[in-house]
Parts: sequence; structure tokens; C-alpha cells
Amino acid sequence: MALLYTIATRIMYAGILLLAVIILNFGMMHLAPGDVADSISQSMGGADEQVLNEIRATYGLDKPFIIQLGSYIGKVLRFDLGYSFFYTQPVSQLIFQKLPATLLLVITAQFLALIVGVFLGVYSAQRPNGISSHFVSFFALFGYSAPVFWSGLLLLIGFSLHIQWFPVAGMRDVTIEGNFFEETIDVIRHMVLPVITLASIFLALYSRLSRATMMEVLGSDYIRTAKSKGLTDREIIYKHALKNSLSPVITLAGLQFSAVVSGAILVESVFSWPGLGTLAFESIIARDTPTILGILFFSALVVIVGNLLTDLTLRLVDPRVRTNK
Amino acid sequence: MNNEDQYVVKARHPFAEAFEMFSKNIAAVIALIILFLIILVAIFGPTLYPVDPFDMVWMPFSPPGEEGFIFGTDYLGRDLVAMIIHGARVSIIIGVSAAFVTVFIGVSVGAMAGFYRGWVEEVLMRITEFFQVLPTLLFAMVIVALFGASLTMITIAIGAVSWTAVARITRAEFLRIRELEYVTASRASGANNFILMFGIILPNALPPIIVQAALMVGSAILFEAGLSFLGLTDPNVVSWGQVIGSNRSYLLDAGFTVTIPGAAIFITVLCISLVGDGLNDALNPKLRQR
Amino acid sequence: MTEPLLSVQNLRIELNTRDGVAPVIDDFSFDLFPGEAISFVGESGCGKSMTALGIMGLLPDGVGKIASGSINFAGEDLATADDKRLRNIRGNEISMIFQEPMTSLNPVYTIGEQIAEVLRAHQGLSRQASWSKAIELLDAVRIPNPQARVSDYPFQMSGGQRQRVMIAIALACEPKILIADEPTTALDVTVQAQIFDLLNDLRKQTGTAIILITHDMGAVAEMAERMIVMYAGRKVEEGPVQQVIDNAGHPYTQGLISCVPHILEKLTTERQTLQEVPGIVPSLRDFGKDQCLFATRCKYVSEKCNNVRPTEIEFESSQTVACWHTERKQ
Repeated sequence: MALLYTIATRIMYAGILLLAVIILNFGMMHLAPGDVADSISQSMGGADEQVLNEIRATYGLDKPFIIQLGSYIGKVLRFDLGYSFFYTQPVSQLIFQKLPATLLLVITAQFLALIVGVFLGVYSAQRPNGISSHFVSFFALFGYSAPVFWSGLLLLIGFSLHIQWFPVAGMRDVTIEGNFFEETIDVIRHMVLPVITLASIFLALYSRLSRATMMEVLGSDYIRTAKSKGLTDREIIYKHALKNSLSPVITLAGLQFSAVVSGAILVESVFSWPGLGTLAFESIIARDTPTILGILFFSALVVIVGNLLTDLTLRLVDPRVRTNK
Repeated sequence: MNNEDQYVVKARHPFAEAFEMFSKNIAAVIALIILFLIILVAIFGPTLYPVDPFDMVWMPFSPPGEEGFIFGTDYLGRDLVAMIIHGARVSIIIGVSAAFVTVFIGVSVGAMAGFYRGWVEEVLMRITEFFQVLPTLLFAMVIVALFGASLTMITIAIGAVSWTAVARITRAEFLRIRELEYVTASRASGANNFILMFGIILPNALPPIIVQAALMVGSAILFEAGLSFLGLTDPNVVSWGQVIGSNRSYLLDAGFTVTIPGAAIFITVLCISLVGDGLNDALNPKLRQR
Repeated sequence: MTEPLLSVQNLRIELNTRDGVAPVIDDFSFDLFPGEAISFVGESGCGKSMTALGIMGLLPDGVGKIASGSINFAGEDLATADDKRLRNIRGNEISMIFQEPMTSLNPVYTIGEQIAEVLRAHQGLSRQASWSKAIELLDAVRIPNPQARVSDYPFQMSGGQRQRVMIAIALACEPKILIADEPTTALDVTVQAQIFDLLNDLRKQTGTAIILITHDMGAVAEMAERMIVMYAGRKVEEGPVQQVIDNAGHPYTQGLISCVPHILEKLTTERQTLQEVPGIVPSLRDFGKDQCLFATRCKYVSEKCNNVRPTEIEFESSQTVACWHTERKQ
């Protein structure tokens, strides 16, 4: 049926996008001066021309660009992301070790920002001149204008160092070896500050948009009709108005995925969260091409999947979207 | 002769109306003043306060206010005030240049897509989507790491990943305006495409683009701060983000080395956002009734 | 003489404007009898829609309110009733349909759901029962193939069909009064006629009284038994429709009627010139003054007209006019 067809086309389209990402990144890596052989020789303390050439041959770096690109794409299709020269591990292994932590951070932050943002927006839209409305405007400015790593550091200083509610770094306390429940609580404790930091930017955006949309919706004709039917305020707001004001916010959330991933890199750095961010940073400095490509690939994948899920959610919420496009 | 004349309202020049609307927004006006002050500090600061930010002037982590150093010293004993002043220069230069690059690319892509429609629009929109999907910070990190962390490179990197929002807005405006009657009238009287695009449609599409451009300056500053926090910055200049990044291991003892530069970034971007908001209210006719 | 179903007495509705408080409805009274069809006629801005919103208790918060007067319905004064009671009445005993069918339905719910919810809210029907009743109602408003269309969304229907859905929603709980605020203004002429036919038939079947709000004299002639002409927030004429059309007492009414020549009985073969009423409607600032607000446009104006607000004078049997110069035109 139509829905499957749409999903299939979207996935295919996503695949093409990913391919383009790979090609672009591959091209960029090879455009730049210097390569991994140079960085290996650096860590070895220097090497002469012959050794460098041997290294290059070992890793297939002496073949023409197109052939290298072709073989890389071929490998990716077989789920082989190559081997990291720097970490001496298969790249996929590296990434899968770190991916869950980043996903946990990104998904929780997005959800938190969305749910709280929409709720705040709905609440303050009904009281346009009240405190909550001013809070939304004010908080929106703060959340958006403060550099995310700075807010993170401030939260760290405040809540981990001075008032010691939350742990200072990492995702886990290694000394805890209890059951699943205790370990989960431990992760959650570690997660609170990073998630709040990351969510704060987007919470600001979503609550502002939600409030504006809700106010517009509340002034529309069909709300007047709903009132004239004698429905309760609750039904009018949460049944009639809310569903109409969700679409723009969900759309925005979808568009923000790449920003959330970017923010996650910085947040991971601040809180020493063991995700892809730190890995990315190290491998960029080390010119570890396969790892960098792998990370770029995966983060683009996360964004694309996020967009896809957002699209599907939008279709659930707004029936007009189902027949268009 | 009859009383209908009293109902004729004289039209005012749109700029005058916009200016008046903006001036009523106290927050935006104050923000603009603060921004001017920051720019003044950036331009004249080094002359009036001739301390080299790279010089070690005292022992490390001297707290603010002591020994005549208003902001204290960082982990290498450098004067934080000097670092803030010089950082202002970097932030403003990169903020404005990157915004310029962003707007230039974005408007070009969006205008062509919105004007020509057809396959041109399709191709350009696919390219825009592609760039939207790229994780911006990551990609910029890769560019800077590969091609060097000079101010120019950083500006280009930021511009290369941020233009999609401007392109979307420009295209939407072009799509809307090209259907309006005065465009059809111009076309009927013989205007060529170039004149139509840049002489007629673009000036009318400017308000949201201007607002977005203003906000882009702020986001470029934040972007640069993020890059320099991670260490991907020009080693010959001082940047606020870099100050935070290099001092971050010393939070417990010297939190001020982190809070002060961060506050500088925050205040600057906050003022830019307020001005952008003020511009939005002033230039957006729908909101004027409030 | 039967008891009026709705009796509005000396109603005054005030609006908050930039220049202060203005009485958009100023000392307005009328009665509505069970099963009757009356019409409020007048230009945009004369306050007819505001009266309707006032009766329903739907005046926008902070913008308008009922300042004084009473709205007597079923033994209570709606002007002072609490929210809960008003919600009880809306959609249930008094219903309303609006001018813009294209935007008056919620785009994200099916029309079946939008009809069913009013049945569930006021009559306590189950989901199943309210859904079947909705299908019946769609049939009653002459939507073809109601079983299929009940699951449609508003964007899948035309303007005329959406207005029928609005009528179905309004009549679902068999209200005593239906207020129709310019129901056909946004629709094509052919569809207009269908909607009026439908409303007339439904009125005969259900005995619901109808208040038709319009600026279109032609619509009045088709739908209403009695008409109330309004100007600048006041009633200027009231009477049986055909009688007023034949022999209007107020110069404003005469102007309105002369704009629609085809409803006049006496048409000659010569072409009639359309008489225009010069001038424009007074601004909200001028509402409420103690003078005749039509004076600036009237050819019979005299000094009294500019200084004292006209009272309602009996013109002919069951027809009243608010003008100082009714004798002149007889």
C-alpha cells in the first residue's frame, strides 16, 4: 500500500544520500595534504621515503583515487568499514563500541526537549502575558545563545563540583557491579547533566515554536467551532488544538538532528561521555581516514534515520501529509 | 465635502516604519548598544590596553580582582582581560565573514532554485538536503583538520555547512513572490531574468533574509567557539572558545577562567539574537498588528 | 400569544478598542418564538455577529463583554450564566454555524468524528452509537454516500459539503435555536440556494428556530419570516419580511432593498436606477452617541435627528421603525 511505497522510496533516497556523503568525504580526505602514512611515520619518530611507500602500499594508498573509492564503497556495502591504522581495530568494532552511548545521549535529549518544549508551549500559549510565557521567551534566548559546552561546564561546576549531586565524568562508575537495576540507575545518574545540557538548546527552540503555533491555532476558526459545540476547555486544547500545533514542531525537530549530533560531540567532550565524539576528535587529529569516514558515515546515518522517523511521525499526526507529495 | 477624507491614511516609507517599530523594542535597542560597545572594544581595545594576550604577566590562576588583573590570569599566567579583548576581534571577524559567506551561498542557491524551478530547482534542492544531513560540526572539524586551522579556513568551513537555512528561506520567498502580480507585470513589460531576480524579487524577499543573516552571525560565533574549544583554532590568535578549552581541566580551582570567556560569548550572541528578534518584529508585516 | 423562546432585553455589548470602550451593540432588544425564522440584516460591522456571539457566550475574552441587559432563555439569563451552564447549552440547545466553511472544521479529524463528538458530549452516546447517528445526520443534510464519506477529512470535501457538515453538527442534538452567521456568503450562488432549501426543510422537520445573520436582502427574502434591520449596533426596523420589503419605514432599509431589485414585487419594464446610500458607516468611536447614527447619510435629516436617539415607533401593525420621520414617507 501507499505507506510501504513511501517508506521504500525514502529508504532508497536515504541510501543515495549516504553514498553521496561517502564520496564527498572520501574525496575530501584525499584532497588534503598529507595522509595516514605521514601520521604513522610521525608516531614512529620519522621515516624515510621507502618506508613511507611501503606503508602506503600495505594500505592500498598508492592506487588511483577511483579504484580506492570503488573498493571502499564495495566494502561498505558488505558492512566492512575498513581497518583503523591508528587504533589497530576494525572500524566497525570501534564505532559500535561507542555508538550506543552517543545514541543514548542524542535520543534522550531530543525526546526530552520535544516533550517538555511542547508542554511548555501549550501551557504558556493559554496565558500569553503570564510568567510562563515570559519564561519561555527568556529561556529560549538563553538556551540558544549560550555555547553548549559552556552551559555544560557551568552545570558541572554547579552540580558536580560544588553541590555534589551528580558524577563529574563518564557514563559509568566502574566500581558498581550490582544487578541490572543498579547499573541502570548509575547510568541515569551520569546521564542527567549531559542530557540536560544538550536538550537545553533545543528545548528553547521547541517551546518557542510550540507557543507561537499554539497561539495561532487557538485563534483559528475551527477552535471557534469547537467552542460553539460546548466542548470542555480540556477537550478544546488537548484534542482539537494540540494535534494541529504539533506538525511544525515535529518538522523542526527533524531538521535539528544534525545540530543535535554536533552538539553531542561538544557535550561528550565536556562530560567525558564515551561516545563517538571523542573518537571523532582523536581520529581527525591522527588523520585516521577509515575511522573518520566511518564516523561521518554513521552520524549521517543517524541524522537520516532521525529524519525518516520524524517524517513517519508527521504522517501519523497530520492526515493532510499522507496524500500530498 | 463629505467626511470620507478623514479616513485616508497617509502611507509611510517602509524603512521609517520598520525603524520606529524597532526602536520601540527596548531589549533590542539595548542589545544593539551593547553590540556597538563590544565592537568598539574589539577595535580600540588593544590600543587602550596594550597587554599581549600571549605574555605571561603573573602567576597562573590569579583570581579576578587581585593584583590589578580584573579578570585574573589563566593556566599559563596570561592576562584574561587581554584575552577577552583580542578574542572579541576574532569572534566578530569570523562571525561577520562566515555569515557573509553563508548568506552569499545560501541566497544564490535559494534564488536560483526558487526562480527557475524545474530541474534546476530539483538539483539544487537535493544538494541542499545533502548538506542539511551532514553533521555540521563534524564536517567542519574534518575540513579544518585537513586544510589547516587558519581564520580563512575556519570561515570557509563554517560557511560551507551553514548555508542551507538561508537557501531554504530564500527559495520559499522567491516561490511566493514570483507569483505576485507585480512580478508578472514587470515580466510583461519586458524585464529580463536577471533584473527580475535581483532588482525586483530579491529586494522584496530581503526581510526574512536579513533577519536570518543577523542570526547567522550569532551562530557562526558559536560555531567558531565550538571549534576552538576543541582545539581546532588558529594558534596565532586568541579566541574565546579556545580560552575555555585550554582551561577546562582546572574547573575546581579556577572556574573563572571558564565562566568569564563563556559569558563573553553568551552576551555577544544574546545581543545578536535580541537584535535579530527585533528586526524580525520590525520587518515582518504580519506581526505589526501586535 | 405564546411565550418567546429567547428574549433579549436592552443588550449592551462593549468592545475594547485602542480608543477605549465602544458599545458595538447598544440597547438592543428582540424576541424569538419557537420554530420561527428571523433574520438580522445589516452591513458588516453593525454588530449582528457580535449579538450572536454574545448569546452563545463566545465573545473573545478580554476583547468584548456583555456590559448590561439580559438574554432570557428557558427561564434563565444567559448573560449572567456560568461557564458550565453555557457549555451545556452550546451545541445542545443553541447551535451556531459560521461563515467560512473552509476553515471552520478541524483539518486533522474526520468529519464523522467531529459530528460524533458533539453527540457524545451532550447526549452521552457511545462511540458506536454516535458514529451511526453521524452517518444518519450526513444523510439528513443530503451528503451522498454517507457511509463512505463519514471517514473523510475536511480537505477531501468542497465548501458546500463542509457547510452541510457544519449544519449536521449544529443540528445533531436537536437544538431549539440555530444561529446561522452568513452561512452562504463564501459559497457559489447555486450552492447557496441548496443550503437555504436544506435549512428550510430541516426547520420544518425539526421545529428548530433559526436566526439568519446576513447582509444579503435576497437571502432574507428566501429564508426569514421576520426581519430585524440593524445599523451601527442598533435596531432600526423590525417586521414581517414581505411587509417590510413592500413598505420600508426606515431610509436605511429602503436603501438596502433598492439594491436588490428582484425582490420587489412591483417591477416595471423601465429600468430602475439603483439608489445608492451616500456616505459610510460610522466608526466604532461614534457608536453609542445619543443621536441617530444614520443622520449623516439620510435625506430626511433634521435637527432632532442629530441630537436625540430615535425610539422605536410603531409604523404599521407588527412593524416598528426607529426614525423621527416615519410620517413623511407614508
